[in-house]
Amino acid sequence: MEDKKLVTVYIEDKPYRVRPDQSMLDACLSLGFDLPYFCWHPAMHSVGACRQCAVKQFKDENDRKGMIVMACMTPAGEGTRISIKDPEAVEFRAKVIEWLMLNHPHDCPVCDEGGECHLQDMTVMTGHAYRRTRFRKRTHRNQYLGPFVNHEMNRCIQCYRCVRFYNDYAGGRDFGVFAAHDNVYFGRQEDGVLESEFSGNLVEVCPTGVFTDRTLKMHYTRKWDLQTAPSVCVHCGLGCNTIPGERYGTLRRIRNRYNGQVNGYFICDRGRYGYEFANSATRIRRPYRITYGKAGEKIENALEEGKVLPHVKSLLQGAKGIIGIGSPRASLEANYLLKKFCGPGNFYAGFSDAEFNLVGRIISVLTGGPVKAPALREVAEADAVFVLGEDVSGTAPMLGLAIRQAVRQKPVEAVIKSGIPAWNDYAVRQAVQNDKGPFFIATSAATRIDSLAEGTFHGAPDDIARLGFAVAAAISPEAPAPDGSLPEAAAGLVPRIAARLREAKRPVIISGTGAGSRAVIEAAFNVAKSLFDSGKDAGLCYVAAECNSIGLGLMGGKSLREAVGAVRENRADTVIVLENDIFDRLSAPEAEALLSARQVISIDHLPNHTVSMAHTVLPAAVFAEGTGTFVSNEGRAQRFYRVYVPAGQVEESWRWLSEFLAASAGAKFFTVDDVQRAMAGELPAFGGVPAAAPPADFRISGLKIPRQPHRYSGRTSIHADVDVNEPKPPADPDSPLSFSMEGFDGRPPSALISRFWAPGWNSVQAVNKFQSEVGGRLRGGDPGQRLIGPAGKEKSLPYFTGIPAPFTRLEGKFLVVPLYHVFGSEKLSALSPPVSELVPSPYLALNPEDAGELGCTEGMEIRLIVEDVFFRLAARLDASIARGVAGFPLGLPGLHGITLPSWGRIGIPPGVREAAEESGEDRA
Amino acid sequence: MSNAERPLTGDFRADGRPLGIGEYEKTGGYLALRRALKEMSPAGVMDEVKDSRLRGRGGAGFPTGSKWSFVPSGADVFSSGPKFIVANADEMEPGTFKDRILMENNPHMLIEGMLLGAYATGADCAYIFVRGEYFGSARAIGKAVAEAYGKNYLGKNILGSGFNLEMHLHMSAGRYMCGEETGLLNSLEGKRAIPRTKPPYPQVSGFMGRPTVVNNVETLCNVPHIIRNGAEWFRGLSRGFSGDGGTKIYGASGRVKRPGAWELPIGTTAREILEEHAGGMRDGFRFRGLLPGGASTEFLLEEHLDVRMDFDSVQKVGSRMGTGTMIILDDRTCPVGMQLSLQKFFARESCGWCTPCREGLSWVVHMLGAIEEGQGEMEDIDLLLEQARLLAPGHTFCALAPGAAEPLGSGVKYFRQDFERHIREKHCPWKIKNS
Repeated sequence: MEDKKLVTVYIEDKPYRVRPDQSMLDACLSLGFDLPYFCWHPAMHSVGACRQCAVKQFKDENDRKGMIVMACMTPAGEGTRISIKDPEAVEFRAKVIEWLMLNHPHDCPVCDEGGECHLQDMTVMTGHAYRRTRFRKRTHRNQYLGPFVNHEMNRCIQCYRCVRFYNDYAGGRDFGVFAAHDNVYFGRQEDGVLESEFSGNLVEVCPTGVFTDRTLKMHYTRKWDLQTAPSVCVHCGLGCNTIPGERYGTLRRIRNRYNGQVNGYFICDRGRYGYEFANSATRIRRPYRITYGKAGEKIENALEEGKVLPHVKSLLQGAKGIIGIGSPRASLEANYLLKKFCGPGNFYAGFSDAEFNLVGRIISVLTGGPVKAPALREVAEADAVFVLGEDVSGTAPMLGLAIRQAVRQKPVEAVIKSGIPAWNDYAVRQAVQNDKGPFFIATSAATRIDSLAEGTFHGAPDDIARLGFAVAAAISPEAPAPDGSLPEAAAGLVPRIAARLREAKRPVIISGTGAGSRAVIEAAFNVAKSLFDSGKDAGLCYVAAECNSIGLGLMGGKSLREAVGAVRENRADTVIVLENDIFDRLSAPEAEALLSARQVISIDHLPNHTVSMAHTVLPAAVFAEGTGTFVSNEGRAQRFYRVYVPAGQVEESWRWLSEFLAASAGAKFFTVDDVQRAMAGELPAFGGVPAAAPPADFRISGLKIPRQPHRYSGRTSIHADVDVNEPKPPADPDSPLSFSMEGFDGRPPSALISRFWAPGWNSVQAVNKFQSEVGGRLRGGDPGQRLIGPAGKEKSLPYFTGIPAPFTRLEGKFLVVPLYHVFGSEKLSALSPPVSELVPSPYLALNPEDAGELGCTEGMEIRLIVEDVFFRLAARLDASIARGVAGFPLGLPGLHGITLPSWGRIGIPPGVREAAEESGEDRA
Repeated sequence: MSNAERPLTGDFRADGRPLGIGEYEKTGGYLALRRALKEMSPAGVMDEVKDSRLRGRGGAGFPTGSKWSFVPSGADVFSSGPKFIVANADEMEPGTFKDRILMENNPHMLIEGMLLGAYATGADCAYIFVRGEYFGSARAIGKAVAEAYGKNYLGKNILGSGFNLEMHLHMSAGRYMCGEETGLLNSLEGKRAIPRTKPPYPQVSGFMGRPTVVNNVETLCNVPHIIRNGAEWFRGLSRGFSGDGGTKIYGASGRVKRPGAWELPIGTTAREILEEHAGGMRDGFRFRGLLPGGASTEFLLEEHLDVRMDFDSVQKVGSRMGTGTMIILDDRTCPVGMQLSLQKFFARESCGWCTPCREGLSWVVHMLGAIEEGQGEMEDIDLLLEQARLLAPGHTFCALAPGAAEPLGSGVKYFRQDFERHIREKHCPWKIKNS
């Protein structure tokens, strides 16, 4: 965009230099003018429906009459001359609000949107204040839309943003606009759970209280009463930026935190609604140690304040070999201190061994290869996408949303070239129609974004990898080609994929750990490298499963199976498990062997199998209760901050570990900055971490940045039942943020934005005021620090040559491959009650022909035995699954503890088939 | 007047049944097409239509030849691939029934007009978008299209010329918005009938995002005659006082002696239409005003009756010719009641896309209803005038609400004393009088 020539426009007769590829509304807002709007949205652009951004346009400096135009539909052309303050424009904008208010219920005091309502803000901005109509308002029936979004249609002002986001932007199909004239209705055809995994964005897209956060409603607090701090989502590896809000010690909601490079304006429902695990009644709130009674029964002995360290110290002093198990869901700081405490030789990454290898391979490819890892925004701007092996709609939903935008790039570019401006959204969509740019996807089973693809292939991971290798070989003769043939469906795709990728300017190859296959990851690299070698500005995007998978991968360590060996061979008798349930990472016998160590210390926030076997349990802070750093899948180190001080003896994991260090070695780390400095000094991979956010002693005009809005109420009364004296706010040595209303009230550095608010802009739309231009980067740059980058071309890795043999079916066996669900495959979010409502029940997906041979029908109970682990599952027939392959929805309740893909046997329990036949006969 | 002076209606059968293809050919039908395919280039057809000064008969009066010339023929994304021509037969303007007469009596004339339009603009697919309630028109057109296919006037390689055109009949689901050309296109695509922004104009990005010409039925029916008889002949058909060429089907409804429609030279005065062709007011009814071209035009009064009914002349006296079919208000009809009826229609037919139309018209109906019911307040009158002023072109997304504001603003202005009387007397004086 920078290369575009600027033009001069005049606002109130003053010249401004602006980009010509935008509307005058974009230009006005980017220049900082307050111009009200409703239907326009920076990610969805202009449609001209609401007529709220009316301004007066003049032909030239001699035209004093002018005419009313909509700024959002007026191009910023050379010499464009408008007035916002023109009396006729001012009057018209107030009249638009008057119209919108004719039927609005004026129920702000009982409306969840009140206090952060764009309609309130715009009403105040236009000055409309007096109701001149005496007629009855129209009313609507509201719908049940599922556990995430509340519907109150009477408040609707018909800006059409909901339907434009849900259907046009996010590809939803179960939502729409109904009826006409002043009876227009936005909702579903009938009551029911919204199908889109992005439905929660309606809450932020809606300018008023039609769509509100249903989980917030259950423990409602006004925005001005929420204590907030910048955070990072913990429910997948993409690192979307979030703003958790707290009141009275409980987490009330998650909001999107704009990051121009990462999540932009939106987050997925897993990220928005997964937070309630933090409020669980089962949270571990106090440290305890286990003793055994006379009958061998387990007794939990609470460790009072001051008793913890002596206890731990005594444990550690008596230890004969201490090992630490890290975690891909714990912060860099915690993993680092564990590694430091146990020593590099005794630190074991908390991945399954398979994932450990995959993540390691991804890191080596991203740092040793020539191709960059694109940010989410760059994926959305790619003009060709090839997904190899990863069901992003299940493992990294926002990546699916980015791909949805990417498939429009090529047709939209062609339309823009013909003279239709990109911001004229409906004109662009009408010209584009259903044209799609190149997008190919190869996965084990059909995914939610398959319908966007020009070509799809479903097969076993080895065949997916072979498809990738073949595409790379078709692009570059230097890349090795697979021997033998590909499955027919894949073979037909190879020349097309290669040709379409070659035509692209900015192709992105997407893969990840989801398929559990190293060959798939290497094949994706070969494709990306072949494109890079042909001079393309290619990107290589790998999905990693958890919020700090890449961070832990960079930290290194040993494999988890070696830890089992260390305990079995008595090289270690004390195991510290950091925020991890190793039953998810190891088979049950291995996990039990590891936890059979004399002393097991678990630091975690919720009970799990590992916690239940530990001898000492220390309560860990969840993401919103602590400060630290995660590294996202693109290698972006991002700081998250403590939103509130948790109740009980809960501490950040890294703080427990720094206490251990102090107790044993005397080296104490007092702050996150201390930890980061040491980590950056010791481990070059983390040299960039301190730069991800300002240090704790950062001040603006000597002031900290407040976590509480300046309108925060009740601070003198919140604790009045305990003490009428107002308590001193908690200290925060780890950040420049304060637990109070006092402090710098302006725009802080982007990594420290606790909420989007500006005078007159109480809603999330205030984000306009924090950006260098609307929809662009945050002022001062988007937060986060890239830790990894491609190697120079000369030093680049060669093509991988380990091409697997074609997948062949084995008699009597199935290759069990992992499948993923937005809700259910990620463990923490599935503990959030609203999310858990939508978790599917466990099943095993089979090709219908295979099922037929087994004599098994849809829904029939079957037995699966993999790695000696036994599962009872309902059969689900899925024609997209290849023959000889079975899809196992990893992470659903009870479905863990095995490493996939793996060969398994399927049987039908005695009696089941007969029962099914009988009931079939009954029906007949 | 001879048939030559009434090219559109002169050849109608006396029994009101549609001309079959043979009959149409006998009147010279499809000669224009044969001539164009054989002797004329597409540009030649377009130039002839430009020269004829034919202006769109749907109400806006945009020069037809110019409209066609905006269809791109360069090398960009819109120039390659299919192009479309659409006949806007969604005749739903209150008081307007001229297109129905054409379609029911001489459907082939429309088909031939579309063929010529398609040839001139390079379209290879045509849609006739017929108002949902026009069953007679649809029957006539359906039959005529089949006949035309049978004689290779439609289809592949038409009359051996290499020119192709597929034609489809599409019945509307019945919304006023479908008569707005971009609303029509959305509806034709199966989407909500909401208007689209212009630019891009449909000629560039229309049906399915492809170049599309949308013409009114009456407009298209003129084209065969222009090509057959020449632009100069066509220009000579008008009264010669304006720049417009051809005839116009004028109509009159209300308490006149002979309500109906007549094909007359464009530029005929309103008085002549009213007094000579419609036979003047019925006995016992006095003329109070008229809407010159459907519901969405401003009222004209007695003093305006000598205005020539062409696009520019009517505009000069503060209204629009619109569809040229007048609705006459008499002294025994309540002007508030008439206004309420009109505005109810507009408010109901608002698509709900833009705020002023969706909310403003509904408010207007509430106020008019209150006044008519005797619940009005004097402030309502100024509020009505304010709404009429605010629902201006450019303030709204499309022309629907500005169209509604035309009879509203002029009606309140011209009949203000009647509005005030309703409010003062707290009832509708006409209802008392008639009971």
